[in-house]
Amino acid sequence: MAKLTIADLKKIKEQYHQGLREGGFRAKITVHMGTCGIAAGARAIMNTVMDELAKTGLKDVAITTSGCAGLCSQEPMATIELTGEPPVKYIALTEEKMRKIFAEHVKGGKPVKEYALVAGHETTY
Amino acid sequence: MEDISLHILDIAENSVRAEARLIEIVLAREPGSDLLRIEVNDDGRGMDAATLAKARDPFFTTKHKRTGLGIPLLSQAAEQAGGSLTIDSNPGRGTRVTVLFGWAHLDRPPVGDMAATVLTLIAGHPDRDYIYEEREGEHSFRIDTREIKNDLEGMPISEPAVLSAIRDLLKQNIRIRE
Ligand SMILES: Nc1ncnc2c1ncn2[C@@H]1O[C@H](COP(=O)(O)OP(=O)(O)O)[C@@H](O)[C@H]1O
Ligand code: FES
Ligand SMILES: [Mg+2]
Repeated sequence: MAKLTIADLKKIKEQYHQGLREGGFRAKITVHMGTCGIAAGARAIMNTVMDELAKTGLKDVAITTSGCAGLCSQEPMATIELTGEPPVKYIALTEEKMRKIFAEHVKGGKPVKEYALVAGHETTY
Repeated sequence: MEDISLHILDIAENSVRAEARLIEIVLAREPGSDLLRIEVNDDGRGMDAATLAKARDPFFTTKHKRTGLGIPLLSQAAEQAGGSLTIDSNPGRGTRVTVLFGWAHLDRPPVGDMAATVLTLIAGHPDRDYIYEEREGEHSFRIDTREIKNDLEGMPISEPAVLSAIRDLLKQNIRIRE
């Protein structure tokens, strides 16, 4: 069994306890991980989200994956939910778009309208 | 799908949707044969005989959309490369998907980035547990998130620093990629 080294773990634990924050999450990012999403690049989008989270050090952002969103042709997709705001679904994502969404919406609180799904399109299939 | 690691992510996501607590992924180059053997085992809700019979049908899904393509896609990829896909499932007990690929077959897709697949599963559903194991000749590697969580003493496995340490561990040890 491969192990994380003791030194690694000690360092990570110390930093974790220093940075620990009270309260729940301010933002939730859901990357759609259905078959079409995966084929269209959802795993790389997830990777980009993890990378941004590590780089920015934000402590109040949760990430998760969900199943099919029912919109094959619009994948990869992600949904951003900020506390107290309606969820925003983003479509046809690339790593660049995801980084911009992370900076402006997740961090800055302002949805990136040009990448968002126009309401009413959910029923196209 | 571009490579086998993406198919495996898709099959393991089925296990997540089936409420599995433990998902085990095994990749093995069988000694003395030309086969790559892949197993995805879970302890999820399983399938009854009727669901199981239909799971290979590209137009069957128990989810909310039209088609269930994941299993048929992988089955087709395996058959095109001189292999096969079999499913064993017991309602309430779990599911085992076994896939064989002819290793040297010209139509076998590359294995791809298993580290990214395992990491996506852990980060996407940190509440579940995962085993990844690979064997190729003398080489073997195994990671079990239950043991990692134990060492973390209550710190969440989804902490970015923990995820990047796991990523490094996977990248250093995973050899079946080509
Ligand atoms: N590991 C599993 N446990 C329980 N049921 C499963 C599992 N894998 C697949 N199934 C069932 O088989 C169906 C078809 O799976 P799949 O081909 O991946 O398509 P989809 O996931 O898009 O429905 C699923 O909807 C589900 O009902
Ligand atoms: S998997 Fe194709 S629409 Fe969801
Ligand atoms: Mg599926």
